[in-house]
Amino acid sequence: MTAASSIESPSESRATGLEIRDLSVVLPAKRKDPSPKVLLDGVSLSLRPGIISGVAGESGSGKTMTGLAVMGLLPAGARASGEVSFGGQNLLDLPTGSLNRLRGRDIAMIFQDPSTSLHPMLRVGVQITDHMRTHLDVSRAEAHERAVKLLERVRIPEPVEALRKYPHQFSGGMRQRIAIAVALACEPSVIIADEPTTALDVTVQAGVLRLLRGLCDDLGLAVMLVTHDLGVMSAIADEVTVMRYGSVVEHGPRFDVLTRPSHDYTRELIAALPGNKLDDSGSTS
Amino acid sequence: MTVKTEQLLDVSDLVVRYHTPGKPAFTAVNGVSFSVERGETVGLVGESGCGKSTIAKALSGMVKPASGELRFHGEAISPLTFRRRSLTQSRLQMVFQDPYNSLNPRRSVGAQIADGIRLATSGDVQTPQDWLERVGLHASDASKYPHQFSGGQRQRVAIARALAAQPLLLIGDEPISALDASLQSQIAELMRELALEANSGMLFISHDLAVVRSIADRILVMRRGEIVESGPTEQVWNDPQHPYTRLLLSSIPLPDGLGRLPGLPESELEV
Repeated sequence: MTAASSIESPSESRATGLEIRDLSVVLPAKRKDPSPKVLLDGVSLSLRPGIISGVAGESGSGKTMTGLAVMGLLPAGARASGEVSFGGQNLLDLPTGSLNRLRGRDIAMIFQDPSTSLHPMLRVGVQITDHMRTHLDVSRAEAHERAVKLLERVRIPEPVEALRKYPHQFSGGMRQRIAIAVALACEPSVIIADEPTTALDVTVQAGVLRLLRGLCDDLGLAVMLVTHDLGVMSAIADEVTVMRYGSVVEHGPRFDVLTRPSHDYTRELIAALPGNKLDDSGSTS
Repeated sequence: MTVKTEQLLDVSDLVVRYHTPGKPAFTAVNGVSFSVERGETVGLVGESGCGKSTIAKALSGMVKPASGELRFHGEAISPLTFRRRSLTQSRLQMVFQDPYNSLNPRRSVGAQIADGIRLATSGDVQTPQDWLERVGLHASDASKYPHQFSGGQRQRVAIARALAAQPLLLIGDEPISALDASLQSQIAELMRELALEANSGMLFISHDLAVVRSIADRILVMRRGEIVESGPTEQVWNDPQHPYTRLLLSSIPLPDGLGRLPGLPESELEV
């Protein structure tokens, strides 16, 4: 199998997934703020190949922090405990060097805003191939060939020309597709997508959601989808985890969580959707 | 002065162009006409760049139209200048998208609401404390400053400030998009409730169709500077006529748990 064609199908050996067990993150006390801050409190979550695992919650609930903890991108001074196991290793124990060999290669991230996550002064082609040249043993020509394939995959028209352009020459939706191509460059088995469509218009969002679902199915990716939008959740997530104050309050298959929530907080989130009314006082029209 | 009692705002054939040196003029709004009546909530929806915020700016006098007529309460709306604006025009109030920037960080919220109250024309005296309670905050909050509130609370303050002036027309330019999802429909409902109570009209501008559906009596759908469809909310929602409205509506992911992909497969091509 050549490097270029392996983009099309997952290699068996790497279809492992990732397991978060009892993850806690604490910001130690500071002089100004004498009580330690608990950012995450015993979060468990498993990411499996071919499954989109959605994480919902309001801002400050810890859903983004969970994704960042997996990537080892915690705020300065924060201490993590628990386990993030991937390929037989606990990522929390890995030294930065080993973590760097995994990040971007086996575990990749898609951020909310493609206009800030892409480098504005580098050509799209450089941003995709840089990645491959760092992590994989490929020649410049091979990397270029793979980049063209990737852009085709994420449905960028005229991929060869697109590689020579800069991010500002694309629309928001196209930029997010490019950011997805960058994330896919080294054929990761795990993708952390943090509010990947929040900055996009609904019609553009629809296209990107279709793309993510398709990639997950075709490549057997294990995807963690962080979003506050229960509509987005309902569209592409297979299972849903609801977080609040740094803890998981509910977890289950998409349909059950969204239609038969067992926790009051999930019910509140659903009731807060436009058109739904809270049972007790609160909003009336 | 003879004023038609019902019609509050009448926009006819509005055109707004932005000029950038060295580039051809960009027509942001191209011949838009609509009206808002008392006691009515009109939702203006469309995607980014369609010109909906430009309409809000033209209505508040922040941009000068290239052509067309804007009449509010029987009086032509004139662009803002250094002169004091006419009292009629102060009865058109705005709630902006970002409550972090639309409130003055260096004045107490009570003082800012009092600014609004000074513009009010009716006899009964209101205090900032009254208004804070009406938007669901505490009377004792009046002495606090904007940074002491959360985003949702700040937007409530901005709504109190706008409504304290007893506007005939309340314009919300994406007033909920900076807020947490669980607060959005709550704040939108609050705006509608208070506007209705005062028998004012409301123009609610948003890209969030689901929220607009829940509060608007009529919907205007904008695309590329033009209104492509308008009508009663349920009619537009249930029986959209224009292909763009159909695309827009089918793109909204519904939280029904069924795992349906939003949008039309072909729409991927024109993204």
